[in-house]
Amino acid sequence: MQTNILICGVGGQGIVLTSKLIAATAMANSIPVMSAETIGMAQKGGSVFSFLRLGDNLHCPMFPEKSADIIIGFEPAEAVRMLPYLKDGGSMVLNTHPIMPVTAALSGSDYTGREMVQYLKQHVQHLMTVDGDAACKALGSPKVLNMIMLGLAIRQNVIPFSIDEIEATMKATVKPQFVDLNSKALRYE
Amino acid sequence: MHQEFLMGNAAIARGAIAAGLNLVCGYPGTPSTEVLETAAKVNDGNLYVEWSVNEKAALELGAGAAYCGARSMVTMKQVGLNVASDPLMSLAYIGVKGGMVILVADDPGPISSQTEQDTRSFAAYSKLPCFDPSSVQEAYDMIGDAFAYSERYHTPVLFRPTTRVCHGYASVTVKDEDEFQHNQPEGFVKDSSKWVIFPRLSYQAHISIEARNVELQHEFSQYPHNVLTPEKETGCKKGIVSHGISETYVQEALAGKDAPRLLKIATPFPFPEELAVEFLEGLDEVLCIEELDPVIERELTYLCGKHHLHVNIRGKLTHDVKNAGENTCASVAENIADFLDWERPAQASLDPPPALPVRPPVLCAGCPHRASFYAVKQAMKGKKAVFCGDIGCYTLGNAMPLDMVDTCLCMGAGVNITQGIGKIEPDTTCFAFVGDSTFFASAITGAVNAVYNQAEMTLVILDNSTTAMTGHQPHPGTGRTMMGQVVEKVSIEAVLKGVGVKTVETVNPLHLEEAIETVKRVAAEPGVKAIIFKSPCAVLIKPEQPAVIDPEKCTQCKRCIKQLGCPGIVLQDGKVTIEQSLCTGCGLCTQVCPFHAISTGGAN
Repeated sequence: MQTNILICGVGGQGIVLTSKLIAATAMANSIPVMSAETIGMAQKGGSVFSFLRLGDNLHCPMFPEKSADIIIGFEPAEAVRMLPYLKDGGSMVLNTHPIMPVTAALSGSDYTGREMVQYLKQHVQHLMTVDGDAACKALGSPKVLNMIMLGLAIRQNVIPFSIDEIEATMKATVKPQFVDLNSKALRYE
Repeated sequence: MHQEFLMGNAAIARGAIAAGLNLVCGYPGTPSTEVLETAAKVNDGNLYVEWSVNEKAALELGAGAAYCGARSMVTMKQVGLNVASDPLMSLAYIGVKGGMVILVADDPGPISSQTEQDTRSFAAYSKLPCFDPSSVQEAYDMIGDAFAYSERYHTPVLFRPTTRVCHGYASVTVKDEDEFQHNQPEGFVKDSSKWVIFPRLSYQAHISIEARNVELQHEFSQYPHNVLTPEKETGCKKGIVSHGISETYVQEALAGKDAPRLLKIATPFPFPEELAVEFLEGLDEVLCIEELDPVIERELTYLCGKHHLHVNIRGKLTHDVKNAGENTCASVAENIADFLDWERPAQASLDPPPALPVRPPVLCAGCPHRASFYAVKQAMKGKKAVFCGDIGCYTLGNAMPLDMVDTCLCMGAGVNITQGIGKIEPDTTCFAFVGDSTFFASAITGAVNAVYNQAEMTLVILDNSTTAMTGHQPHPGTGRTMMGQVVEKVSIEAVLKGVGVKTVETVNPLHLEEAIETVKRVAAEPGVKAIIFKSPCAVLIKPEQPAVIDPEKCTQCKRCIKQLGCPGIVLQDGKVTIEQSLCTGCGLCTQVCPFHAISTGGAN
């Protein structure tokens, strides 16, 4: 039994930490895990993705197109960019709030994200959307987007962990004063 | 033994420490940097760790330690090996006493490098044994083997993971502390017949090296990480050979299928000849799936000739596998399908998506390099000038609208290239831009060359007090070492004055008017002169209050956007807006706005 997870978005959204939490939870459950992410020239504002694989007989951290059981899309255009990796009938959790490319002002881009969300609605069978910006405002912190996304992803019943198990890993990772906030974010609906 | 979730580079550092590492040094470079950083982080005080000034210095330091019987490791990226190649080639003849591993991370793609060179080829050229791990676990396990072979054969060895192994993460089995080896160096034992290179010694050493490498060919045929897997379906006359991360793509593509005979090569040099011949015997056709150079493919072609084997060797040389760029799970699955006459795996066939926004790498909001480039650009407006760049974040100064990097070649090249241009085009005002870390690594000799050979040029040092591009490592100008000491900073100004640069002016590039005036004044002077633009990396300082736009004064002329290209200035509903989450309050745009419509919170 293998689970392939793809997390994508823009640098600074907390994607790497999300990936680490899932991996640490897998380790705690004695499930073998591999992951790979973009590092290098991608600084703030660049496209970031993380491939994550759980299960036995893993060979490489990356997987080919049409192999992801779930895509956790932190940004609409980045989710569209990585959509070819989703399995037929796979799930996607999507933050509908767009992030303008840092060069948008210079290039006169009119990107709004709406056309991306529309495209994903047409092409993804199991799509769960959330306005991450509004959700963060409701929870009172711009820094919990990754926990909101992770909580939603866990509830799709594709990743073999419960919210409680993820929460236990989170508690061991974040500073004590942020535990309550992150617990709320994991359970945001 | 226990399990941990580790990055490949962390696994290498941890494996080396478990093998009794005494000293590690290197120069930062993607994708190798985290090896040394991990070693520093887990250092219990028994390990000496340093970022050396460049790869040549590091390799020589590592050699000295190994002469004493220490186990030493030197880390660098593949182009760093070019810098270190002078000591490397000679050290191959001299040899070592303690185990010495030269860790060189290759970068197929290339993802963040100038070249797609292959350290396996460098191994054959330098005649040094080479280890090529294919996974994070193998990287952990094989680094210990590398030390053992190095010590047994008294030779430095190369260890060359590629980006996907370096930066991949996996749950790996690692040793507990009570399983660690410990190495107590004996110390340097004087013996000039051993440690002083002379032609006679090199001749003798060459004979021994060739004999040793033949021995290692036999030895490596038994090495457990070189793996021959028999075909699942008897009678299949095809075989596939691979290495490194590509080998895991082969495994992935063949999982659950009738796999042909497989060979994995973890020691590309010396090549495990007997094992390879055993693999080849009885086959009609072999596909070599490699990244970078066709190293295995050439070896197998040679072995077929030597052993009169009628096997058709296919790969990059026969255009069956692409000869540039990274392999992927998908590309390897296609190569294998074509080779075995299988149907190619299905690709996603989606409708064309809406135009996707591009997110190119740009200088950060508040980056002082933007101000430096802009100041020189303004000062040289309308003049014939050339701007030679170098390796670092500031290579991004080539992007529009700054467009201030005319050349970029390799570490420290800009200062010399601009001299060459000046000798041929005396009417061009010649500039070279170099960062502080790159200056110390390899631009000082260029400055000396310019002074001695009467160049006409302005050397611009972009001093942000860190090695920003690779993740903020300290260097001689920062006053911190990897052993946690606070030391006296090496002054760039004193170095330049010391080598004979008469005019060295230091200015904060964020004081735009002063910066422009300085450039105009200094560039007009004859001979070699230098400007140090000093302002810390924006990522490392606490940001000031973001800038504010006065809507009464802003005419929407967009001059700030068009001149600076700062990610902190965006268009929102068609209006120029400061992106609060990105703006660091550097104040450059306030000095560019012709209507004084932008101000920084702190300033008012």
